[in-house]
Amino acid sequence: MKVISRLFLLLIYAFLYVPIIVLIIYSFNNSQYSMLWHGFTWAWYQQLSSDSDLISSAVNSIALGVSASSIATLLGTLCAVSLYRYNFKGQKLLYFTVFLLILMPDIVIGTSLLILFSTANFELGFFSLLIAHITLCLPFVVIVIYSRLTTVDENIFEAALDLGATNSIIFKRILIPLLTPGLIAAWLLSFTLSLDDVIISYFVSGPNFQILPLQIFSMVKLGVDPEINALTSIIFAITVLFVLISHFSLRKK
Amino acid sequence: MKHDTFKFFSLSTIWLWIILFAILPFVLMLVISFATAGENNLVVYSFNLHNFLNLINYAYLRIFTRSVFLAAYVTVITLIIGYPFAYIIAHTSERIKNLLLLLVIIPFWTSSLIRSYAMITILKTQGLLNSFLLWLGVIHMPLQILYTNIAVIIGLVYSLLPFMVLPLYANIERLDQSLVDAARDLGANRYITFKRVIIPQTIPGIISGCIIVFLPAMTIFYIPDLLGGAKSMLLGNLIQDQFLFANNWPQGAAISVILTAFMLILLWLYWRNSRSKDRHEFL
Repeated sequence: MKVISRLFLLLIYAFLYVPIIVLIIYSFNNSQYSMLWHGFTWAWYQQLSSDSDLISSAVNSIALGVSASSIATLLGTLCAVSLYRYNFKGQKLLYFTVFLLILMPDIVIGTSLLILFSTANFELGFFSLLIAHITLCLPFVVIVIYSRLTTVDENIFEAALDLGATNSIIFKRILIPLLTPGLIAAWLLSFTLSLDDVIISYFVSGPNFQILPLQIFSMVKLGVDPEINALTSIIFAITVLFVLISHFSLRKK
Repeated sequence: MKHDTFKFFSLSTIWLWIILFAILPFVLMLVISFATAGENNLVVYSFNLHNFLNLINYAYLRIFTRSVFLAAYVTVITLIIGYPFAYIIAHTSERIKNLLLLLVIIPFWTSSLIRSYAMITILKTQGLLNSFLLWLGVIHMPLQILYTNIAVIIGLVYSLLPFMVLPLYANIERLDQSLVDAARDLGANRYITFKRVIIPQTIPGIISGCIIVFLPAMTIFYIPDLLGGAKSMLLGNLIQDQFLFANNWPQGAAISVILTAFMLILLWLYWRNSRSKDRHEFL
């Protein structure tokens, strides 16, 4: 039984990882079309670094990701802290809405925001993407911060209040330090979400603001290419790095 | 009091954001789904049901049923693979468990576009899977897998498996082990224990995993785009098509509305089947 379950685990992990590992290996293969190994090369990575279109999309994506995840982290933290600390009218409704937003298929979020922007005559570009990405990341931030808060001993707030701390002092001196690992994780995960989002961006992006995931999408439609292998390997590496950092920052208590 | 200023500030900011960019867009979508597509304007406001009635025609119904069936296959496959997988991980020693879990979390956060692209290399006619099967001698001619529905299913299972495993894991992890032990003590065999004790306790995890897999399986339009053939149009592709190529927004909105209704029904099923304590631990 033990052997069978180990084999099963191994098989599933192979299924999850072999395609990605193959992709990374091919990004170093010294041949444009062949599936055989023709020796190691950095050529595809060098080619990327001279592709000015891709670089400008990457810069756009990073600018978008940094702004979206910063604002989403701020808003999401306010939301999680309010849900956790206060009792207010509509608390359950807020909780439920956040929860619905996570489940809502991306395509519904994308198309409904497109309808909003076009009804309001709002130009599609950086700001429409920014609003969409903040809305996408917000519920994930709330979940990360909220679950972090539930591990905190509530008496600490009572104690601080008894000792005469004002609300802003509680926020600065207690909440922020306690939440820092959660904030880091939430920010990094939001950034990955923003960098990877295809469906929502597809509907709310405009012609004057190219972003990386959409450009990858249009490149990938044309087929397998070593340059895309190199580009996607880099993005995969960033994702792994960010997930690892957030994982370990959340784990240390 | 200062207390109240902060509370007021944060709650109003959050509500403002959610109302403006989540609720209002959805309400607009609902309104537009009853409108008509115009010649010059995209939308002519009116109230009629024809966008919904239109859907009851052969071509739409076929895409609809195909999407539902395909998504159901994907959901069942991920559940069949994911359940034992999550169960085994939950029952390994603490030390390995963290590593194993991390290895599921990484693909969870990795772009599914990138992962689907990686699948192309594997499924191509001269790809790794065919080479491997030829080498094994299982087949003598390379199989045409890419650009078929099979490839779409493989791609969706590959992309969505982590989304099934994580909620299942969270649920199995919290399983009341004493009930399992009690059942065994009372003479239940492994099968009965599994069916009568373990499965009922993990129903909420199963339903949440299924919701998180089923809906994207119908709507991630780039997977059928990349891996499927001309006949692999799914609900997501249909919505995309109505919005960007056919310029029939009301029709696209109507399909999105139906999709959302579908989600709410599944959610209601989840609500009915979970204890209130579990509801807060969803995800």
